[in-house]
Amino acid sequence: MRLEYFQMIDRVVSLDGDAIVVESRVPEASPVFEGHFPGHPLVPGVLLVETMAQASGWLILGRNNFERMPFLMTVKEAKFRSFVGPDAPLDVTARISHEGSGYTVTEARLTSAGKRIAEAEILLRSMPFPNPELEAAMRANAARIGLPGYAA
Amino acid sequence: MAAETTPSPGPTFDKVAEIIAENSEVARDSITPDSHVTEDLGIDSLDFLDIVFAIDKAFGIKVPVEKWTQEVNAGEKPADHYFVMKNLAARIDELVAAKAA
Repeated sequence: MRLEYFQMIDRVVSLDGDAIVVESRVPEASPVFEGHFPGHPLVPGVLLVETMAQASGWLILGRNNFERMPFLMTVKEAKFRSFVGPDAPLDVTARISHEGSGYTVTEARLTSAGKRIAEAEILLRSMPFPNPELEAAMRANAARIGLPGYAA
Repeated sequence: MAAETTPSPGPTFDKVAEIIAENSEVARDSITPDSHVTEDLGIDSLDFLDIVFAIDKAFGIKVPVEKWTQEVNAGEKPADHYFVMKNLAARIDELVAAKAA
């Protein structure tokens, strides 16, 4: 996990039908912690949402074979139950609750060492890749995290 | 001689109008059967996505928005055919009927 590069996912554990499980470890140090908060480092809630959205995005890309790029559109019912600090292990699951025309809705959940941390309902809109560079970068990222079918 | 009456817009129209009011800043009272979803009600693409999600859930269907948009952009169908409220309600009724068939 590299917070300042929005690289939130370390590894895909499984992608099975309409669900994905991914894991990540919060870095020990990051410039983000210098501001959030001085002397009391916590992963910002918005980055926990981003982590759940990225897990959902990899689920969609794995299912549509990179035909289209999912973009975050709506976050509903987001809850943050517990703090996450440096070096925490994170497990994220995302499951598709509805597949519409051009959009997908997931129920995502984030835990750390079995403890419930955050959850949200996430709506992503899938659009054609705006350029080949982004698609290539996403495919390289898929190899890095071991998305099934795209592992390096 | 029968008095002139306005035909009832029907339960699908009522439900869709309720969904639009819940998922946008449009007041329920301002939504009529002749309202165009974007031109008259000013629904933007993000609100429309939330509205479509709510319609999908409420009616147990998958509104084929992308197909509709392609047809309109290709000039095969006028936008009013899908995006004027009374027509949108009729399209939803057709989708529900097709699913039940």
